[in-house]
Amino acid sequence: MGLDIRIPIGALFSLLGGLLAAYGLAGGPALARRSLGINIDLWWGLVLAVFGAAMLLLAWRAGGRH
Amino acid sequence: MHPKAIDWIIMGTYFAFVLGIGAALRRSMRTSTDFFLSGRSMPAWIAGLAFISANLGAQEVIGMAASGAKYGMATSQFYWVGAIPAMVFLGVFMMPFYYGSRARSVPEYLRLRFDEKTRGLNAITFAVMTVFSSGISLYALALLLRLLLGWDFNASITLSALVVLVYIFLGGLTSAIYNEVLQFFLIVFGFAPLVLIGLKDVGGWHGLVAGLHAVARSQGFEPRAWLSTWGVMGSPRDNPMGVDWFSMAMGLGFVLSFGYWCTDFLVVQRALAADSMDSARRTPLIAAVPKMFFPFLVILPGMIAIAATVHGGASGLALPRKADGQLNYDMVVPLMLGKYFPNGMLGLGLTALMASFMTGMAGNVTAFNTVWTYDIYQAYIRRQASDEHYLTVGRLATVAGIALSVAAAYVTNRFSNIMDLLQLLFAFVNAPLFATFLLGMFWKRASGHGAFAGLLAGTAAAAVHHGLTLPVGRTPGIKGGWIAVMHLYPSQMAQNFWTAIYAFAVCLLVTVAVSLATRPRPEQELVGLVYSLTPRERTNERRWYRRPALLGACVLAAAVALNVMFW
Repeated sequence: MGLDIRIPIGALFSLLGGLLAAYGLAGGPALARRSLGINIDLWWGLVLAVFGAAMLLLAWRAGGRH
Repeated sequence: MHPKAIDWIIMGTYFAFVLGIGAALRRSMRTSTDFFLSGRSMPAWIAGLAFISANLGAQEVIGMAASGAKYGMATSQFYWVGAIPAMVFLGVFMMPFYYGSRARSVPEYLRLRFDEKTRGLNAITFAVMTVFSSGISLYALALLLRLLLGWDFNASITLSALVVLVYIFLGGLTSAIYNEVLQFFLIVFGFAPLVLIGLKDVGGWHGLVAGLHAVARSQGFEPRAWLSTWGVMGSPRDNPMGVDWFSMAMGLGFVLSFGYWCTDFLVVQRALAADSMDSARRTPLIAAVPKMFFPFLVILPGMIAIAATVHGGASGLALPRKADGQLNYDMVVPLMLGKYFPNGMLGLGLTALMASFMTGMAGNVTAFNTVWTYDIYQAYIRRQASDEHYLTVGRLATVAGIALSVAAAYVTNRFSNIMDLLQLLFAFVNAPLFATFLLGMFWKRASGHGAFAGLLAGTAAAAVHHGLTLPVGRTPGIKGGWIAVMHLYPSQMAQNFWTAIYAFAVCLLVTVAVSLATRPRPEQELVGLVYSLTPRERTNERRWYRRPALLGACVLAAAVALNVMFW
């Protein structure tokens, strides 16, 4: 259908993950007070980034087959 | 709630992607089939995630969390009893007729199987309902944005309607489906941390159990009432929902759930967009897998919030009260977002909520423009025109559908009781539908006159039942008993379930009786539309997990296991 959906999903989540992780890293412990001491921006940002990269990898591999 | 630059950047990025997807798909919308059915080219996993996501509007997310607080674990019956079995039935038994008949919509299947008047009735009621549902989505979004961010009501409605308009106008159903897949992941990633932090707040699973025992005791139930499903349904007095196991299994598990999942074009359309019969059949089955685990994502937050409110948690999270002193359950999600999420995650959570409002609206708009174009415009207004003409009509119907949704949102804002009344009427119209489809697909003798009479009689039966019964403690009126109060139900939910059961039974009986008295259609016309006259659909798939029947059996077994685990 013209566009492999995994590319926008992968790109969006890599980008959001990167933004969150960077913000979490810069914010430090003060930021984590709300989330009960867990630096959720940092850790969840990394999770999102890994997911986004995996989607991009899948799209890239599928593209390579054609 | 105080969003900062990072939160706005996250929301803005999402909106840029949404519009970008629409723009990228613009060139692939060449025929009406591209626009209305994604050219029947979707792989099963994309159609499956869209199938589940189209249903996961934000009212669902906020409402399920509210029910989780109000009723506890029993809310998951709406998933494990009220969704999974019907989704499996749709994939394994019904999809061969929907997809195999090449019908382009659910009303069109009724035209092929029965007759023009049955299609007309279904198409027109469905079109009206989708416009109003989409208006309610829009209204709810604007209310939430005003509450959370202080946004202007008019500005919120205009902005979200414009975004949805642009991406559907450009990319049709494909755009809607792609954004639904995006929303699926946003909801999962936006809500999972809420549950994780919430569990930490109330002292882990054990702390949650202790808290929920306290909640149950404080309201006069046995301690496990918030943690149990079937176990507390022996009598309506044993559970906060006020329902018993029979009305739960028959009303929700059979009539309401099969009526929605197996006949509502909003969800079925996603499966019709699949690239092959096997993919179409796998669509609801793939959707059932995440659906099964959604209770842990959308209901658990409500259970955590009520446990923290009654029993106390580390952060001091507590649900606010309404003016009448009752807990405001609808605040579960906004409250937890604001309490637990630091800036950054807050942006992600808000984005997930907005995404689910917009996809909820977009799902209705795509179903509306298809039914309008194929089942109303092409059927009654202009029969023979070029495909290009119908594509243009579809685009215009998108604009009109969104304009009408905006109007409906303002009507809801001004006259909320008109909206309650309309939703009640829709419930009456929907209640008997599954009986019609069941007889249509599995009984070759069912005739068009029978189906039409059955639908009308079932709707009338629903209305009469509602008019004669009332939930305990309510005054006669919109809640029931507007004819006379002959029976009191222990709760509104019990009344809803029984309304559905009566409507279904009356529709079934009247359809059978009228069919037997009228002439059936010749059998050769029904090949591909009725089970006994259609060659069995054989799958070409060798891998077990791609074979619909086997996959369906596995999904059902897993749902049974969840029912037993949380008995």
